[in-house]
Amino acid sequence: MLRLPRLDYLRPRSIAEATELAAKNPGAMFIAGGTDLVPNLKRRQFDATALISLNVLPDTRRIEGDASRGVTIGAGATLDELAQHEALAGPFRALGQACGSVSTPQVRTMGTLGGNLLVDPRCNYYNQTYSWRKAVGFCLKKDGDICLVARSSPRCWAVSSSDSAPAALALNAEVTLQGMEGTRRLAAAALYRDDGIAYTTKRADEVITAVHLPASRGRMTSAYWKLRRRPAFDFPILGVAVAITWDEGAVRAARGALGAVGSHPVDITSFLAPLQGTRPTEDLITEVAQAADKPSRPLDNTDLSHYWRKRMTKVYIERALRDACGFEPLAGRLTAQVRGGAR
Amino acid sequence: MPIADRVAVRLRVNGEEMAVMVAPYKTLLEVLREDLGLTGTKHGCELGECSTCGVLVDGRPYLSCLAMPLDLEGREITTVEGMAHGSDPDPLQVAFAELGAAQCGYCTPAMLLTARALLDRDPHPTRDAIKEALSGVLCRCTGYLKIFEAVELAASRGRRHG
Repeated sequence: MLRLPRLDYLRPRSIAEATELAAKNPGAMFIAGGTDLVPNLKRRQFDATALISLNVLPDTRRIEGDASRGVTIGAGATLDELAQHEALAGPFRALGQACGSVSTPQVRTMGTLGGNLLVDPRCNYYNQTYSWRKAVGFCLKKDGDICLVARSSPRCWAVSSSDSAPAALALNAEVTLQGMEGTRRLAAAALYRDDGIAYTTKRADEVITAVHLPASRGRMTSAYWKLRRRPAFDFPILGVAVAITWDEGAVRAARGALGAVGSHPVDITSFLAPLQGTRPTEDLITEVAQAADKPSRPLDNTDLSHYWRKRMTKVYIERALRDACGFEPLAGRLTAQVRGGAR
Repeated sequence: MPIADRVAVRLRVNGEEMAVMVAPYKTLLEVLREDLGLTGTKHGCELGECSTCGVLVDGRPYLSCLAMPLDLEGREITTVEGMAHGSDPDPLQVAFAELGAAQCGYCTPAMLLTARALLDRDPHPTRDAIKEALSGVLCRCTGYLKIFEAVELAASRGRRHG
């Protein structure tokens, strides 16, 4: 049986108390839904001495506002609530879709938005039991000193595997963090670092308390497309989120981000710039998508072949853009097929 | 500060208040099976990947292998042992038995509870809604078709209140 290590379970009654406990107990970790943390602890991917529960705090899951005023989501809101919530059905649909595509219905009733934003980056050499990792000599991310994906690499290449993170970037979201030194609010993109180990700028005593989706001027559409082996289960091996604001049928601005193609959610907004000021045609979308996969650099450390995941990036960008522009998403022109390739 | 060996937890399981002394790092699955003797809840992957350990918390499907009991004080926990109404089995249990929707039976407790949560929310679900609701629970006998049919049969008969 896989059991948790011996640890203390602390139940603060306020965020202030939670951050204080974290500061006083180095090695303690916060737990919300636990759907990422508990399996990782059972496999000894962390050495937590104590868990600080965020589950008995009052008022952590409130969802306020609407598309015209912007929406503020308590970080303790569950993924299932968010997937069904009407505040995420219109312009902010990409985040609702992302939350609804996380793992299984059971995990979504437990898992929270704050937890999903901070999913520990994953790797085939890391998300394994202690004995499995020991048998291969451990890896850079935990207990070892080389990266088993890129042996000469000085850094860890574990993969950002959050569905909500690329959606948060595309929607220009901000997060509020509360810690010992007070409260700060930063752009979702600034929550992340491009490193499989030190993947977040959140400090150990800080708790994400809220996620803010800013109101858009005029009409906005958004979409999230997720690639994985089993549509009812898996972590993303590619996620594409796009958000487009419109000015009477023409694109005012287009934002986008990729998930699971690097150690952080990868912003592709600059690649979507050619859409600006246009009434996008199917041809233009294809052209833009074809170029926008440039920053996608998957490595051979998740499910399925990384060559194929790379080739699927442009296909999924095209589908997400078509979706947000009102074209049938699956009728795009790009394909992962290599010309003259597999027969 | 030394780690506590045992802490007192008050749980409400199948309508009954229970107080147990358990190690604070035990999951709900471990407490149900080892401390409360409720072995109807099965352990599978213990990593949240198979949902065989599924129970209901406040009527919603929950994975007991990932849930921490100390967070569940004051919540209503239902296991398969609590499904029957007195001596009357739940209509889902009857339908599963009639149609042979349990093969090896290992995923059956979680299938039954997850289906119960669905029918309580949506008494006449479509086949797609049933598939979606049960999608997290793996049946390695792959007997899904009979399971879907049993849920539909139970839905068609409605719920008896005991």
